[in-house]
Amino acid sequence: MSIFFAILVITAKNPVHSILYLVLTFFTFTVHYILLNAQFLAIVNFIVYMGAILVLFLYTLMLINLNKDSEPVKSNIVKIAAVLGGGCLLVVLVGCLKQVGVASPVLLKDPGLGLVQNLGKVLFNEFLLPFEISSLLLLSAMVGAVLLATKDPKPKSL
Amino acid sequence: MESLTNTIKSVPLNHYIMLCTIIFSIGVMGVLLRRNAIIIFMSVELMLNAVNLLLTAFSVYHGDASGQVFVFFIMALAAAEVAVGLAIIVMIYRNTNSVDINVLNRLKW
Repeated sequence: MSIFFAILVITAKNPVHSILYLVLTFFTFTVHYILLNAQFLAIVNFIVYMGAILVLFLYTLMLINLNKDSEPVKSNIVKIAAVLGGGCLLVVLVGCLKQVGVASPVLLKDPGLGLVQNLGKVLFNEFLLPFEISSLLLLSAMVGAVLLATKDPKPKSL
Repeated sequence: MESLTNTIKSVPLNHYIMLCTIIFSIGVMGVLLRRNAIIIFMSVELMLNAVNLLLTAFSVYHGDASGQVFVFFIMALAAAEVAVGLAIIVMIYRNTNSVDINVLNRLKW
């Protein structure tokens, strides 16, 4: 099902439809996380991806509104080459992974593995420094986005 | 929750690998196929999500919580990347009045 929606994402003509299909794809991913008993990741995926990032996409799409004339289509040769390239990658990866052959089922050894309590203990003990660095990264990304998206107030004065 | 964890025990790891490979390839095809910059960004998101799902599957498979913490960091990174990327797209749109990436081919040296 997520494969079906993912194909629809890249084939939908209208970008708004494409974003909505992406929402459905991420929803199926959230279901996968819940099935893997990773509740923290399911909640984070639901809030961050479906809530924040896709709303950001939709707002950008409405800001630059181009629903009426979708993009100029590529030539057929480029399309065929792109599908061939992606298909070759798929075939090579599947062929390689067939060799691995781990057929054992995903057993849940520790039932509380993906819960918030357990993940929080790991996150704030072993991964404390990367956590702080990622906060710095988010801050700098925010500053950079604001800096890029605002108009230059006096472009000619320098 | 107990029935869910019992259901998941019957799914082999191979199926997760195949699913994530297929979705990653769909993302690659989307990057190659489309010319709208926003949809290219969405394909990149699709690839990131495929990798996230595979990391989570392996983390559960090995019973190691580090994989899920890593997925959390990838999500934070993706949020930062999307914010900066969409800002760049808005700026490009202001300068060229389109989001067609072929307009940008004068960027080469």
